[in-house]
Amino acid sequence: MGIPVEQILIQTINGVVTGMILALVASGLTLIFGIMEVVNFAHGELFMLGAYVGVLILAATGDFWLALATATLAIALLGAVIYLTTLRPLLGRDPLYTILATFGVSLVLQNYALWQFGPVARKIEEPFTGQFTLFYLSYPWYRIVIALLSAAIIGALWLFLKFGTWGIWIRATTQDRVMAQAMGIPVPWVLTGVFAIGAGMAAASGVLFGPLVGVTHVMGVDWVLKAFIVVVVGGMGNLAGSIAAAIFISLLEAYASLWVSPAQAVIVSFVVLILTLLFRPTGLFVPTPK
Amino acid sequence: MSRRRTTVYWTGFCIILALLILAPLVLPEFWRRFLTEILIWGLLAMSSDILIGYTGMVSFGHSAFFGLGIYGAAAALLSVNPPSLLLALLCGLVAAAAAAAFVAYFSTRLRDIYFAITTLIFSQIFYVIIFTWTEVTGGENGLTFSRPPLAIPGLFSVRFTPDTLHWFVLGVVVFSYLLLRRITQSPFGMVLQSIRENEARTRAIGYPVERYKMVAVMLSGLFAGLAGALYALQNQFAAPDFVFFLVSGEVVIFNVIGGIGTLVGPIVGAAFFLLLREGLSRFFTEYYLIFVGLIFIAMVIFLPQGLLGFARRWLNH
Amino acid sequence: MSPGGTTVQPLVKVEDIHTYYGKSHILHGVSLEVGKGEVVGLLGRNGVGKSTTLKAIMGLVRPSRGRVLFEGQAIAHLPAHRLARLGIGYVPEDRRIFRLLSVTENLRTGLDRHGVSKSRKAELLDKVYGYFPVLAERRNQAGGTLSGGEQQMLAIARAMMLEPKIILLDEPTEGLMPRMVGEIGQIIHMLRRENVAVLLVEQNVPLTLEAGQRIYFIEKGVVRHHALASELRVNDAVIHQYLGV
Repeated sequence: MGIPVEQILIQTINGVVTGMILALVASGLTLIFGIMEVVNFAHGELFMLGAYVGVLILAATGDFWLALATATLAIALLGAVIYLTTLRPLLGRDPLYTILATFGVSLVLQNYALWQFGPVARKIEEPFTGQFTLFYLSYPWYRIVIALLSAAIIGALWLFLKFGTWGIWIRATTQDRVMAQAMGIPVPWVLTGVFAIGAGMAAASGVLFGPLVGVTHVMGVDWVLKAFIVVVVGGMGNLAGSIAAAIFISLLEAYASLWVSPAQAVIVSFVVLILTLLFRPTGLFVPTPK
Repeated sequence: MSRRRTTVYWTGFCIILALLILAPLVLPEFWRRFLTEILIWGLLAMSSDILIGYTGMVSFGHSAFFGLGIYGAAAALLSVNPPSLLLALLCGLVAAAAAAAFVAYFSTRLRDIYFAITTLIFSQIFYVIIFTWTEVTGGENGLTFSRPPLAIPGLFSVRFTPDTLHWFVLGVVVFSYLLLRRITQSPFGMVLQSIRENEARTRAIGYPVERYKMVAVMLSGLFAGLAGALYALQNQFAAPDFVFFLVSGEVVIFNVIGGIGTLVGPIVGAAFFLLLREGLSRFFTEYYLIFVGLIFIAMVIFLPQGLLGFARRWLNH
Repeated sequence: MSPGGTTVQPLVKVEDIHTYYGKSHILHGVSLEVGKGEVVGLLGRNGVGKSTTLKAIMGLVRPSRGRVLFEGQAIAHLPAHRLARLGIGYVPEDRRIFRLLSVTENLRTGLDRHGVSKSRKAELLDKVYGYFPVLAERRNQAGGTLSGGEQQMLAIARAMMLEPKIILLDEPTEGLMPRMVGEIGQIIHMLRRENVAVLLVEQNVPLTLEAGQRIYFIEKGVVRHHALASELRVNDAVIHQYLGV
């Protein structure tokens, strides 16, 4: 083939890094869908606003980690507000309306960002700029850290769901919302909380990813699309599935970028989606349906 | 179907038609063009209503059908000299039909949300292809071309004036409306509606639901492509922006605002939305879309049947 | 009646409730009462509205007319999770345990509440495992892997975790083997000893007569008759009339 091994290795790492961030974004989305059956079109905008909050806090304090934490909390709060004002009133109605409502929210948020921050891209500086040598190439440490952090956050989420009262409440609500209520679980608050958690995770991804690209009001659009593909390929509501799918697709795209331009490499994810829908519609990594 | 209702309906129809015919004669050029655009977007929204309002399938794929209608027409106008109106319309329809066939194939296998998301992704697939295949589609910059004459080969050929173009578009849209109305009221249309109400029951009765859905998607795609061809005619350029999924989102907004399942509702929805956007953009030049979005959300929550939703029964008899 | 002639307020009082399902009128004015610690039976043919009555008390169905009172307080407009916290336990038809949660996690859905100390929680858990040793054996197994009878026990145990004042039991013997019916009867006796009231909807007449103190008969969404279980054990003509048994 003529492509040096080092390049393939670099692309592998790149694929995993992007995949982990995508996994972080997609987990929030699949969590929200699995528990509330809401397709959150505004997820990309929560990602984007998280990045912007990161920009602001970073400019004010110079502390990247503080920016990360603040953005996560602030957007989680925004998520709770969005849920209470636009999604709660739609409970029990045709799911079409939640898609439309979140689409409307994404419109509002995107243009709000455009209005407040203008069309020029902002930059988030990496918290540290060291590089390490991989063969004869140098690879930035920061990228490895992002991947690890994303994995850590997802891991924390998993632990949270497995143990802890809230985890039980969330899982019970997912399985049988009515009986969860009959057991005294405050389901309305569980739903709000889940949406907030999903939003917070999206925001964290935005801040983490910020240094790799410019922060603009449209940065969420591409991600939401990819995240949806990941969620469908991984099996909607399936957390482990979306993580696997995120890494799988990102790796394929990273390898594809060795031959074609990145703009065309996205076709890979489309192809994976179509194949999944044709042959394993419940999810690529999910055993075929019952 | 009471006599009185029919008369009221057709009277109303004729009045509005008359107004639309007279419009270009009284309106300044900017508004004349605006009105023609409303008609074109209205046709697009109407095509989407076949799926959303009558078959109960939410599709975000209309930007693909619309965009391919534009590019199809563009292809005809650029490659054949002298440019032919009929060929442009035909090519637009064929291109859209091809996309619709592609989507239709998947439509029958997926339910609700999956279908919606998948159609959205398909829009993006077409977008990426058009955006990156610069040699053929002009990529980011799109294509520009000249407007063909209004001609029936062998009979006559005359250049379009702004007024005649408007009337031509109006004619096509009205024809489409009447045709679609006929179809939705036919036995075929009734089956579609029954699919929307209760798909399982319709299948249990014995209807091949998959086939009906595929036809619905094809039908919807054709008229969306027609709208695209008209757009090409009106504006003389094609750009990938029209294939971007956000356009589909706007179309669905028109449907919901106007009232799904009414056919005219979406046209009203398009008019409302475009006027709102135009109006607000004059006052709040930078952030008018925020208000548009907020109004849309409010309508979804409080007025889900849309502006004409209350008249749905009446409009469909 | 307490000495002095004043009636003690009933634990649960349902006054003339009407419910609809879409356009169907299900309950046409149901009224009944359950006193503290009482076991009350609700008998009737299929589809007359017995389950709906329980759901209305539990807040899972909103009555369009009428009142539901719990300890004198009107509760018909309150959400189900509040009612569970107030002390109403619900064991639905077909159990509906959380299949993917373990037995312990199922119990914790009711156990993990505000204002219950850690020691109290441990106490409750031990007590329930004492009553249902089978559940103790399977405490880490997923709920979906339990047998029908075990799931029924889990459903009841789960409701007990709320330390309820009343448990609404919907057809507990349905789908169970005949020898389990006796066990259900014993469980109801146990609840009575714990001073937990029970409103029992059943198709199994002998069980209801044996365990219950008062019986209501529902037909077509209305309570048609009301008698003491002791009377009915002697004179069962009424039963044949309303149940065609």
